[in-house]
Amino acid sequence: MSDLTVTPLPVPEPPAEGFTRREALILGLFALAGAATTSGCSSDQKAMDEFVQKHFKDLSPEELKTVLARMEKNLTKKYGKPVTVSATPAMEGVLFGYALDLSRCIGCRRCVYGCVDENNQSRDPQTHYITVLEMDKEKGVDLQDANAYYDHETVPAEGKFYMPVSCQQCENSPCSKVCPVGATWKEPDGIVVIDYNWCIGCRSCIAACPYGARRFNWGEPNIPADELNPVTEYLGNRPRPRGVVEKCTWCLHRVRKGLYPKCVEVCPVGARKFGNLLDPDSEIRYIIENKRVFILKEELNTQPKFFYYYGL
Amino acid sequence: MLRKVSNFVTGTARMAFLGGNKLYYAWLGLLAFCIVQGLFAYAQQFEHGLIVTHMRDSVSWGFYIGNFTFLVGVAAAAVLLVIPAYVYDWKPIKEVALFGEMLAVASIVMCLLFVMVDMGHPERFWHLIPGLGHMNLPSSIMAWDSLVLNIYLLVNLSVASYLVYCAYYGIHYNHKIVVPLVIFSIPMAISIHTVTAFLYNGMASRPYWNSAILAPRFIASAFCSGPALLLILFQILRKVSAFEIKDEAIHKVAELMSYAMGFNLFLFGAEVFKEYYSNTHHLVHYQYLFAGLHGKPSPIALYAWMSLIFAVVSFLLFLIPKTRRMPLTMNIGCVLIYMSVYIEKGIALIIPGFTPDQLGQVYEYVPSATELRIAAGVFGIGFLLFTLMVKVSVVILFEREQGPAHA
Amino acid sequence: MTGAKPAVGTVAASAKPAAALFPVAPPPFSDGVFPCSECHKPGDKVDRVPHKVEFHEDIVLHHDEKNRWCLDCHDAAHRDSLHLADGRLIPFTESYRLCGQCHGPTLRNWKAGEHGKRTGSWSGAKQYLLCPSCHSPHSPHFKPLKPKSPPLRQEAIK
Repeated sequence: MSDLTVTPLPVPEPPAEGFTRREALILGLFALAGAATTSGCSSDQKAMDEFVQKHFKDLSPEELKTVLARMEKNLTKKYGKPVTVSATPAMEGVLFGYALDLSRCIGCRRCVYGCVDENNQSRDPQTHYITVLEMDKEKGVDLQDANAYYDHETVPAEGKFYMPVSCQQCENSPCSKVCPVGATWKEPDGIVVIDYNWCIGCRSCIAACPYGARRFNWGEPNIPADELNPVTEYLGNRPRPRGVVEKCTWCLHRVRKGLYPKCVEVCPVGARKFGNLLDPDSEIRYIIENKRVFILKEELNTQPKFFYYYGL
Repeated sequence: MLRKVSNFVTGTARMAFLGGNKLYYAWLGLLAFCIVQGLFAYAQQFEHGLIVTHMRDSVSWGFYIGNFTFLVGVAAAAVLLVIPAYVYDWKPIKEVALFGEMLAVASIVMCLLFVMVDMGHPERFWHLIPGLGHMNLPSSIMAWDSLVLNIYLLVNLSVASYLVYCAYYGIHYNHKIVVPLVIFSIPMAISIHTVTAFLYNGMASRPYWNSAILAPRFIASAFCSGPALLLILFQILRKVSAFEIKDEAIHKVAELMSYAMGFNLFLFGAEVFKEYYSNTHHLVHYQYLFAGLHGKPSPIALYAWMSLIFAVVSFLLFLIPKTRRMPLTMNIGCVLIYMSVYIEKGIALIIPGFTPDQLGQVYEYVPSATELRIAAGVFGIGFLLFTLMVKVSVVILFEREQGPAHA
Repeated sequence: MTGAKPAVGTVAASAKPAAALFPVAPPPFSDGVFPCSECHKPGDKVDRVPHKVEFHEDIVLHHDEKNRWCLDCHDAAHRDSLHLADGRLIPFTESYRLCGQCHGPTLRNWKAGEHGKRTGSWSGAKQYLLCPSCHSPHSPHFKPLKPKSPPLRQEAIK
C-alpha cells in the first residue's frame, strides 16, 4: 500500500506562464464564476472578465488598457454618460503631505460632502471618508470623549474644537501590511491605494487601521447618475463594487494632475493644506518647519503624512 | 485501485446513512434543518451583501470571525489530545487519535466556511492560492493563517481517511506514513492557533488584542474546549458502541483540562490586573466588556460574566477529584467549559476589540438574525460531517467483523 | 479639469493688474459699490471726524472701532484706492499689504500659503484669496456657519 501517500495539493507547479494559469483557472473555476453572476447573459461575460482579472501590478500595459477600456464601457453604459477610467502613475520626485490647522477648523463638514461628490462615494448606504470629531477645548485631543454626530445650529459650538480624521497615508501603513492578498499598497508618491478588483473583502485592513479611515461596501453602493464624477482613476475614485474596502486617496485623480484635493478647495476657513514634502518651497514644508505639528497616535509608529497643527 | 476507492466511498456512504437508530436519524434531521435554513440565509446575504449582517465599519468583524476563532481552537485541541493518549498509553490510542483528527477536520471545514461567509468577495478566494493568486507573504498574518489552516486540514484529512480506508479493507496502516504525519500535526495544531492569535495580537490599532499573552491564552482555552467536546463524545460512544475507554483516561483528561483552565484563568487575571491597575485609555474595552460605556449598559456584559463564572465553576468541578470523577458533575463541567470558551472566543474576544472604535465612537454590535442563521448552518455542516465520519469509523472499527470487505 | 478656473491676476474690474507674485481672486465688493469714484467726487467735502455714514448703513465697524475710521484705509483723494500708513496708494487687489501693517505674522503666513485658502495647483499656479474674501475688513471675525448634516449612525445604515 505504498501508493497511499498524501493527496497531492490541488495547486499547479511553480508559476507557469500567466496565460496558461489563467486558462486553467477559467476551466477549473468556471462554475464559481457562474454562481457569482447575479443575472443576465451579457453580465456573464463581464463577471467572467472581472473574475479572472489579474492583480493590478501584474497587468501588462496591454492588459491594463483592455481592463480600463472594459471598465469605461461598462460604467458609461451603467450611468448613461461618458465615464473615463485612467491609471495615472505617480509623479517622479513627489511625496505628498497634508496638514490641518485645528485652530481654524470650525467643524462645518463641507469637506465631508465635497469628498463624497468628488470621489463617488455611495450615497445610500452612506459612506464618508472624513469623520469630523467634536471635542472639548478643556480636555484637548481625547478620542474617548469625541463625538462625530454633533448637530448644532451653527458651528463652532461654544467650548468645542473640531478634528477631521481621514486616511493618514502612513509611510508605515498597517493596513497594507495585513492584507492577505496584497490588494492595498503604498504608491511611490506616498498614497495608499486599493485594487478594488483584487480585494477579497476580508476587512483585515479595517481592523488594522488605527485611524478608522477605511470603509467597507456592506451593500450595493448607490450614486445617482447625474451626481457621478465621470473623471475617474482605477486606483482612485471609480465607482466601487459591493463587498470591497475603499478609502481616501487624497483625490489621487486630482493631485496626480497637479490639482489640490477637493477637501482643500472646499474648506471655507483654509484649514487644510497640501503639497509636496520633497519641495522645500511648498506650503506643507513651511508648516512642518515653522509650526508645531503633531501626528495622530504617534506611538504606533505608523508615520502618517497627515500633520495636525495649531496655527493660532 | 480506482475500484477499491470507489467501493470504499460507496461502502462508507452506506455505513454513514444506514443502520442507525431513531435518535441518530433525528440528529441528522436536525442538522439537515440547520443546513437548509442556513443556505436560505446565505442566499439572502449573497443577494444583498454583508449589509444583512449587523457588522459595520466600526465593528467590522463579528459573530462569523468569533466562531472561526473558537473553532480553530477546537481543531487544534482535538489533535493535542493525542499527546496524553500517548503519554499515558491509553488502550484505544488509535481511536482517540482518529476521532481527534476527525474533529479537527470538521472544525477546520467550519473555520473555512466561516471565513468564506465573512468575505465580501468569496469568489475571489483564488487570490489566496499560492502560485495562482498574490499572497502577501511574509507580512500578512491572514495569508499565513490561510496557509497553515489549509495544510492542517489536508494533513488531518489524509491521515483520517487513510486510517479509515485501511480499517475498511482490514489492512494494516503504514506506520511510516501515519506516525510522522500525526506527530507533524501536533506542532501544526499549536501553530494554527498561535497564528490565529497573532492575527489579532499583531494589530497595534486594537489595544484590547495587542497583548503578548493573547496567544498563550488562546492555547490554554483551546486545551479546555476541544477535549470537552471529545469527552462527551467518548462517553456517548462507550454507551452505543464497542468503543472502550477506561474511566481513568477520562478522568485524566478532565484533570488536564482543569490545569489548562486554571492557567487560562491565571492569564486572564494577569490581563485584567494590567488593564485595571494601570488604568490607561485602553481600559475602555474591558469596561465595555464587563459593564458598558457612557452610562449605557453593554449588550455583551451578561455574556462576559457568564463566561467568567462558567470558567471558574468548571475549573473547580474538574479540580476537585470527587466532582471530576462523578459523571454528572463532570459532564456539567464539560458543558460549562465549552460554553465558557465559546462565549470568550465568539463574543468576548472580537466585539470589545472593536468597541469603542479607533476614533472612540461606540457602535453596539449584536449579531443579526441572518448571522445567527448562517452560523447555525455552518455548525450544521460541520457537525454533520463529524457525525458521519464518526458513524463510519464506529461501524468499521467496532460493529463489523474485521477483515476484507466484500467487493 | 486643469485650468478650468479663470486665469488669475486679470481681475478686479478697473484696478491695476495685481502683483504677479500673489495672484489673487477679485476683491469681494458688494454689488454696485465699486468704483467708489462713481459717487465720491474729488471735490467732495471730507469730514474727518468719525460719524455715521448714511449710504453705507450696512457697514458696522467692529475692527478696533475705537481707534479706526474709514479714511485710515480708504483714501479721501483717490477713492478707488486704499492707502498704507505712510500714505502710499495701493489698489484693492493688494489690500493684504494694508492688512499686514498690523497683522504682520499673518501676512507672512499668508504669503507662505499657511494662512488662508489656496486653490488651483499644488505644483503650479495657485490662486490666493484676498484677506477680505474671508474677513470683512469692517468686521473681520469669521462668522459661524451652519454645519452640514451629521453622518448617519451606523445603526441606521441598512
